[in-house]
Amino acid sequence: MTDITSTTPRAKKRFRWSAIFDHSILILGSLFMLLPVFLALTTSSHDNVEIQREGLKFWFGNDIDENFGNAMFEKGGFTKTVTGMTMLMNSFILGIGFAVGKIILSMMAAYAIVYFRFRFATFAFWIIFTTILLPLEVRILPSYEVIQSIGLTNSYTGLIVPLLASATGTFFFRQFFLSVPEELVEAARIDGAGPVKFFVDILVPLSQTMIAAIFIIMFVYGWNQYLWPTLITTDEGLFTLVRGIRQIIQAYAEGSEIPEYGQAMALALIAMLPPVAIVIFFQSWFVKGLVESDK
Amino acid sequence: MKRAGFANYWLPILLLLPQLTIIAVFFYWPAFNAVQSSFYLQDPFGFGSQFVGFENYSDLFASKEYAKVARFTLLFTLLVTATSLATALLLAVKADKVLRGARTYKTLLMWVYAVAPPVAGLMGVMLFDQNIGSVTDLFAWFGYDYRLGVNYWDTAFAMIIVSVWIQIPVNFIFFLSGLQSIPQHVREAAMIDNPSGFGRFWQITFPLLAPTAFFLLIINITYALFDTFGIIDTLVKNNPASNPMTLVYKVFVDGFRGNDMGGSSAQSVVLMVLVLALTIFQFRLLERRIHYT
Repeated sequence: MTDITSTTPRAKKRFRWSAIFDHSILILGSLFMLLPVFLALTTSSHDNVEIQREGLKFWFGNDIDENFGNAMFEKGGFTKTVTGMTMLMNSFILGIGFAVGKIILSMMAAYAIVYFRFRFATFAFWIIFTTILLPLEVRILPSYEVIQSIGLTNSYTGLIVPLLASATGTFFFRQFFLSVPEELVEAARIDGAGPVKFFVDILVPLSQTMIAAIFIIMFVYGWNQYLWPTLITTDEGLFTLVRGIRQIIQAYAEGSEIPEYGQAMALALIAMLPPVAIVIFFQSWFVKGLVESDK
Repeated sequence: MKRAGFANYWLPILLLLPQLTIIAVFFYWPAFNAVQSSFYLQDPFGFGSQFVGFENYSDLFASKEYAKVARFTLLFTLLVTATSLATALLLAVKADKVLRGARTYKTLLMWVYAVAPPVAGLMGVMLFDQNIGSVTDLFAWFGYDYRLGVNYWDTAFAMIIVSVWIQIPVNFIFFLSGLQSIPQHVREAAMIDNPSGFGRFWQITFPLLAPTAFFLLIINITYALFDTFGIIDTLVKNNPASNPMTLVYKVFVDGFRGNDMGGSSAQSVVLMVLVLALTIFQFRLLERRIHYT
């Protein structure tokens, strides 16, 4: 933006001071966001005894490969069977499984609600709509009992499918389908395309950007799930990285010996790397998905 | 619905079936169970249950502990919402204004969105740790003995800071996109009318951002109530004894640790009513938001 007051020398000087002030605030803000993770990274490169003695480290040490190696490949947990690699794989299964499931289910439902004339349309919409009234956290205990009675605890199905019972994606696609020009479906019908052909050949290709945007949001949401995996998976082979954080805290709270600080920080960093990388690399899609889905 | 919709009978039902089945089994069934068991007193060892009417609710509202948790939740929600909204607004206004490095700042201020609350909580546990924590050292330097997990308000402080840290990015993104959607001619007109940056912000920019701010207010309240579970669970280190907790965390503690099914269900129902009220409020605002734009 051009500053119209910056024609006289005096105003120019004042303008520069205000720019320095603006940048200072932004740099302070960025540091506030960055510093905890930077400290985690530098601390993860030190030996546990050293950290215990001197506190968190502000610069890099020599043990970075050892700590990350232990976090990824050393067998841990109560049963000594789970490694960071297993948890990483489970996190990807949960993140991708949830995102893909969500997109397929909600596109189908939104297509039915927007493009078909049938009696239950309004009723179905309200049934789905009501789910935004109750986040999983509120109905956590009864949900757990239901999963237990069906026998889905300690399975990927029990981990992923109950999380899909919400309306967010359906709303997103409904909103988008409503913005697609009416003429498109008219033209397709004149050309003799049926509902399935219209969906597969026209609507899905048209929604590509929307699908990418919602995929990022949902992947991050699935990856970062904590409470639900904590309840559903007691078998350590099914732990996700975020679920593994709870084990670290537990060991940390009970431990009599020096806690594995470096390794814990390494695992925390691995747990945040994939979702953070996706958000940074696909920033414009991510912002689109976030702002347009309106949650 | 589209005017020129398809008139197929079975296809829409077939398309809706997967979504509706999942919602029926994993949403309506548990929700119904919660309401039902809030009227029963369950034996903790699973030997049947007894209908007690509204006893669970009256116990809940008479409980001093529940009142304490509710008061803390209110304070926590207010502080987290106000702090993160104010910080994000300031940062968004500045990021919208600067000419150089705007993209870099944008990335640096939004990436934390992807960090899971419990992961942030774990970093909080380390930063606020009694032995090794840097923040603890900072407090000690000012002569304050900071004790995470021991002192009630010290723990509350860490919870609020970590929750604000996680919530700034969402608020920042929405405020920035709200600011960028203000048309250029409005900005220029404002610039001519009111050359002082401060006055211009409060008289022109802020009112134009009000719909975004109202919407974010609801999002933030919901976040502080429900999504901070992972932060609280990690910061109290699995030992909620004398530590502050929110209403949602209490549902979990009473239900899974205390085995008080009826009480926990009654708490769930109270929260359901709260979310219902928030949602109705939100839709009222959304309706109004359409008139603005």
